[in-house]
Amino acid sequence: MKNSEQVLVPKADVRTYYDRPVLKAPVWKWYIPAYFFTGGLAGVSSVLGLGAQLTGRRRLRRATRVTALAAITASAGLLVADLGKPSRFHHMLRVAKVTSPMSVGSWLLAVYGPAAGLAAAPEVTGLFPRIGAVGGALAGLLGPAVATYTAVLVSDSAIPAWHEAHPYLPFVFGGGAAASAGGMALVVTPVAESGPARRMAVAGAVVELAATQLMEHQLGEVGEPYTEGPSGRLTKAAKVLIGAGALVTAVGGRRRTGAVTGGAMLVAGALVERLAVFHAGVQSAADPTAAVGPQRRRVAASARG
Amino acid sequence: MRHPARPAAAGAATVTIYQPPVDPAARAGYDDGHPRRMGFFTDTSVCIGCKACEVACKEWNGVPEDGLNFLGQSYDNTGELGANTWRHVAFIEQQVPAQGGGDIRWLMSSDVCKHCTSAACLEVCPTGSLIRTEFGTVVVQQDICNGCGYCVTACPFGVIDKREDDGRVWKCTLCYDRISDGLQPACAQACPTQSIQFGALDDLRPRAAARVDELQARGVDAARLYGHDESDGVGGMGAFFLLLDEPEVYGLPPDPVSTTRDLPAMWRSAAKAAAVLVAAGIASFVR
Repeated sequence: MKNSEQVLVPKADVRTYYDRPVLKAPVWKWYIPAYFFTGGLAGVSSVLGLGAQLTGRRRLRRATRVTALAAITASAGLLVADLGKPSRFHHMLRVAKVTSPMSVGSWLLAVYGPAAGLAAAPEVTGLFPRIGAVGGALAGLLGPAVATYTAVLVSDSAIPAWHEAHPYLPFVFGGGAAASAGGMALVVTPVAESGPARRMAVAGAVVELAATQLMEHQLGEVGEPYTEGPSGRLTKAAKVLIGAGALVTAVGGRRRTGAVTGGAMLVAGALVERLAVFHAGVQSAADPTAAVGPQRRRVAASARG
Repeated sequence: MRHPARPAAAGAATVTIYQPPVDPAARAGYDDGHPRRMGFFTDTSVCIGCKACEVACKEWNGVPEDGLNFLGQSYDNTGELGANTWRHVAFIEQQVPAQGGGDIRWLMSSDVCKHCTSAACLEVCPTGSLIRTEFGTVVVQQDICNGCGYCVTACPFGVIDKREDDGRVWKCTLCYDRISDGLQPACAQACPTQSIQFGALDDLRPRAAARVDELQARGVDAARLYGHDESDGVGGMGAFFLLLDEPEVYGLPPDPVSTTRDLPAMWRSAAKAAAVLVAAGIASFVR
């Protein structure tokens, strides 16, 4: 279907106004893709933390709860730093709007952040372990949402490479989040307790790689930014890091050296992958043919009936 | 542009085609006594490229300087709409066999925020800073905006943008202050050719349809309306245009769609991915 439409109006024949972009470039700085990484890391760390809590893996529980709190604290800092008016960060909570994924996300973080804090506090202080269990359960249940809503946040935009990717990005982000949370747990937990983290890391890497591959294939022309220019280089680097990280983890993850090496590669890969998605949007917004081409094809198709 | 060309018939035919504009102000919660939906009809066929609209807008609204540049793009040294440009006159020079034997055709068009019926900027705004006014227009409340920049990625026309030294986003207000006092917006007031026409949308739409018919009857086959159609991807525009070529020639997207139309599908995808994470979590611990 996509191929026949492409033949109809070749990219070179798309008419533009002095090749100027139709869309505005995102005004977000690197803080935002960094937040997509830290948010995903926190969310799935809480999932691992809840699993560890329920299966009595004390050291895995401690490591993942502390990771989740550190990552979500960094997230809050990154989000506030990106605002044009950081002193007005609390305006995010003056309304609740289902049409705004950023509003939904703000409320989600407003509940998840304190829950992650309650879960981690007893690990550090040794006080109130029962409250820690309640916080750990709440954070673990909200974790998957924290790790995937950011994909909706980027997709809900006019930028073609982001918008059209909406069926795939939640799996790219969710898979990357699982790979990074599993990877981080492998780095900071003794191998005796890190079995679940190893399995989570490898499963996340497989989902992330498969979703990225499917996304590039299905998007066709609109997805070109993911394979070209700065974003293309970042995408390639992320694939190498995540692929190799998963392999090292699967083969050598039962030994300390393999766990640390593989885990670190997955953490790095997940970060690079978020930067790749961000830059794909920047490149897509800068290209007027990316916005006009598909729209012109739609108009031509509806005129033909 | 679902209906790019109307039949070149008498004006009477357009009256039957005409549908009253949907009322975004009522949908936003204003009661029955709210004013009629106001907007712009920009008839680019009579634009002379004087840029009085750009100047009047800047003067009235105190919009900062947007760069003194020579872009090398015909007489356009403004470039595009943005935080500091709320009216932008586009200039296009075309080599065509024109009537009267000339071979250059000038297209000039004053672009502005479309004040969409389904406004993606407003829908994605997490603070409620962007609001629907009682006139059906879309306005940024500057005392609320915290500069998150989400609206910038959402606008399918690349209109709204962040003012770097200020941190907040800015765009055309359709002169909310002036129209609240019964005046017309500064750009429409300054336009010497009535290319920019301000009024109630249900007065402007039949007028625009008649103008297209008139031009087509005179042989200007390329005349078409842009943004008048409520079945388009943004539910019709509060500021719509009469163009003499394809929209993309003027830098306008030919079939803009509000991104939030696909939001349910996006949340469904995310829910599936979240379910995969839950399953992965269970499978990782239960072997």
